[in-house]
Amino acid sequence: MFVVIAGGGKVGRTLARILMSRDNEVMMIEQDRRRYQRLTQEFEESVMFGDATEIFNLERAGIERADVVAAVTGDDEDNIIICQVADHKFKVPKSIARVNNPENQEAFDVLGVGPTVSATNSLLSLIEHEMPAHKLVHLLNLKKENLEIVEVMVEEGSPLALKRIEEISLPAGVLLISILRDNKALIPQGSTELLAGDQILAILEPGREDELTHLFLSV
Amino acid sequence: MYVVIVGCGRVGSALALGLLAEGHKVAVIDEDEDALLRLGEDFPGDFVNGVGIDIKALEKVHTQNADAFVAATDGDNTNLVAAQLAKERFGVKCVVTRVYDPYRARFFKEQMGISTICPTADTINLLATAVRTCEVNP
Repeated sequence: MFVVIAGGGKVGRTLARILMSRDNEVMMIEQDRRRYQRLTQEFEESVMFGDATEIFNLERAGIERADVVAAVTGDDEDNIIICQVADHKFKVPKSIARVNNPENQEAFDVLGVGPTVSATNSLLSLIEHEMPAHKLVHLLNLKKENLEIVEVMVEEGSPLALKRIEEISLPAGVLLISILRDNKALIPQGSTELLAGDQILAILEPGREDELTHLFLSV
Repeated sequence: MYVVIVGCGRVGSALALGLLAEGHKVAVIDEDEDALLRLGEDFPGDFVNGVGIDIKALEKVHTQNADAFVAATDGDNTNLVAAQLAKERFGVKCVVTRVYDPYRARFFKEQMGISTICPTADTINLLATAVRTCEVNP
């Protein structure tokens, strides 16, 4: 795989290091001259100097044959522009953007840039994952495909406990994909019985969360 | 007409004052609070201290009610993102932005439907025309 990485800060160079150790080809673009010079000592030909929002620099980096572009600079507007140019001008199969300021997340979403990675949001979902008070945990958002994968718990006294999958009438646009029980993942069949304590992975269309939580709620 | 202007440097401030003088309503956003000084002591429009890609700042000046939106900060990428947000998120019909880099200006104009004005390309043309019309003895 060939990955163009825009930004040679901590995130960019760690990413480059890991990708290269897994035999991927990498070209990192860094616009700070001094930082670039330090990076050349480790990355040699796999780092170039320049502003990655300049189209000709992306061309010099070989973006035309890139499989992935990772825009991980410290500027959100730069990351947005890099991904838009990658997506729309060079038709790169996948572009990933780092969100520095979580308040800018909506801007990325409105402009269709992503998938996005945000340290704050990752921390938040980790915390949510550890908080049993939350009925439903978002595990993955497939924005382009308009689907999300969530985890929900069958609680003690839930109307679904001891019910077979085939007996449950799921709302439209919701599918149960796996049951986590005793540290094992089961693929549910019609005859599979749900037990209190089960963690259910479900795939659903965004906006169906309430219907799903409602189904799992104790009556 | 109600016009929102992001960036209150020489261009943004002069544009704001010019539009005001013509009787239009104007709001200005700039990340530097001192930029307000460029607008004179009793600037009658709104001034919000913030960055143009911050949706909250754009909401503060009611960008959804704007008839026109201008992005004229000194950052090409900030301008391009602000302009696209005005168009996509706030539904502003008339959006114009300054982009210094001719390549980005052309790409966003031709492929992303953003009305860009590129002073660099314009200057090149003006200079080239001036050189071509120089009267020099052969």
